[in-house]
Amino acid sequence: MSDLDQLYQDIILFHAKAKHGSTLEGNPPEAGAAVGQSHQLNPTCGDEITLRVETKDGVISALRWAGAGCSISMASASLLTDLAVGESPAEFTKMADHFREVMRSRGKIAADEELLGDAAALSGASRYVARVKCAMLAWVAAEDALAIAR
Amino acid sequence: MSANSSPETAASQTKASTHADHHQPLDDAQVARIRNDFPILTQTVNGKPLVYLDSGATSQNPLTVMEAEQEFYEQRNSAVHRGAHYLAAEATEIYEEARANVASFIGADSNELVWTSNATEALNLLAYSFSNASVGQQQNPEAKRFALSEGDEVVVTELEHHANLIPWQELCRRTGATLSFIPVDDSGALDLAQAAEKIGPKTKIVAFTHASNVTGAITDVPALVALAKKVNALTVLDACQSAPHMPLDVKALGVDFAVFSGHKMLAPTGIGALYGRAELLNAMPPFLTGGSMITTVTMESAGYLPAPQRFEAGTQRISQVIALSTAVNYLRETGMDRIAAWEHQLGQRLAEGLAKIRGVRLVGPAPGELRTGLAAFDVEGVHAHDVGQYLDDRGIAVRVGHHCAQPLHRRLGLTATTRASTYLYTTTDEVDAFLAAVAEVRAYFGADA
Repeated sequence: MSDLDQLYQDIILFHAKAKHGSTLEGNPPEAGAAVGQSHQLNPTCGDEITLRVETKDGVISALRWAGAGCSISMASASLLTDLAVGESPAEFTKMADHFREVMRSRGKIAADEELLGDAAALSGASRYVARVKCAMLAWVAAEDALAIAR
Repeated sequence: MSANSSPETAASQTKASTHADHHQPLDDAQVARIRNDFPILTQTVNGKPLVYLDSGATSQNPLTVMEAEQEFYEQRNSAVHRGAHYLAAEATEIYEEARANVASFIGADSNELVWTSNATEALNLLAYSFSNASVGQQQNPEAKRFALSEGDEVVVTELEHHANLIPWQELCRRTGATLSFIPVDDSGALDLAQAAEKIGPKTKIVAFTHASNVTGAITDVPALVALAKKVNALTVLDACQSAPHMPLDVKALGVDFAVFSGHKMLAPTGIGALYGRAELLNAMPPFLTGGSMITTVTMESAGYLPAPQRFEAGTQRISQVIALSTAVNYLRETGMDRIAAWEHQLGQRLAEGLAKIRGVRLVGPAPGELRTGLAAFDVEGVHAHDVGQYLDDRGIAVRVGHHCAQPLHRRLGLTATTRASTYLYTTTDEVDAFLAAVAEVRAYFGADA
């Protein structure tokens, strides 16, 4: 597989279109949940995301976002949504820390598929310095939102 | 430049094929010879020959320019306008010769060209000088003519690069003046009918681009200058996308100020210039103050030299100045008319080719209409970043994003576009390779489905 095909694996292109969790509009938070929301922008390319996290009974009970951007940033937000919902904040933080480590490794650290699931497919972006921010955008928003929800 | 310095080499390499008719575009054979002067263009990227279509962002340097810089450091390095020794005198002489050379390239006198780091700094120099005039930091009563206050207006356009927008926003914020803009229509073209309404008796400054770095459209400068003159407003021309690509005569255009960046015209980064009519520059308060720009200094105050030195505080970027002068020689010897005609052809080829590709929206003038040698476009269903990544895999370098023109993109309903921009070393084969790759993009990303 070429580097380009590694970057744009089918699962990435699928999630770039499916955009799981891009349902922020018209869906207010559930009553009783702790809520945190974060807006992140990549000023170099205009990628943008507003992401809301709800926690209830010790787990991330909902994650919704609205955003626009390249396929990597959109796929990342979608994969993140699938991964994070149902996890405890501590478990999510473990995932995010590992994801960041992989993304910053310039392709040197392999993603732990046990931990990241399908989101491990995003590791192809780590070879492209300019795309790391695209992949990180939703994760930074989620960490920020989670810190507020706590 | 001395007889043994490198610009002569550039001249002899290109002269044979250029002395004929300067209104004819370059031809393929001449472009092939030009490419020999740019070693960076011979490399491969991702196993494919580099196709460099990002000259609108920054251009490549010919050997002669790099050699001129090296020669300066090897044989003449010294600070200018100070020191009584041989090297200092030599450096000062070539520094000022370079100023005269670059000034003449844009039709200005040598005392009308101020060196800056780039066009952005040149525009900030203007804005801060006017700002200083506005708060009364002035020795010269003539500086009052640049003072802004509540009720005054600064007019820009909706298609400006952020560098020709934000300094004016900030100047207005500091002085209480109002910023207004000449809008563009749905195609991104300036609405000149609205310009006549926006530029009125309260207008003090009109700042606009000569050629848009996004649409490639060339501004009707005489029309805007005429409107500004009618109300005694100062005109500021952003010549970043014109000085490198077409003959430029600031006096013929009648603008009061103009700015450009060396790195977009075959020179290194870190050097640009501000042109200003001598009478204006000599009446303006300084922006940066310090060494080299003064007459008498006491513990209480200082007197300032006339322009251009008034605006060149501190030790200057001498090797970059020499490099830019050498670059200008290279462009002049090749022929600005011929370069402009060549890029016009390439721009048309880009526009026509892009317009034919299904799902591609060309920004700016339609095919057949006048544009510079660049084209920005949107690929339906594929983000510009992904388009750029796909092209990079084919060895093709383009710019993606908002190109420092967010308001224009917003107006056109776009967040990001892809832009291909050419220069004198761009071949028709490169444009064709680019077009062929763009035609594959939607299928690769499944946007056709």
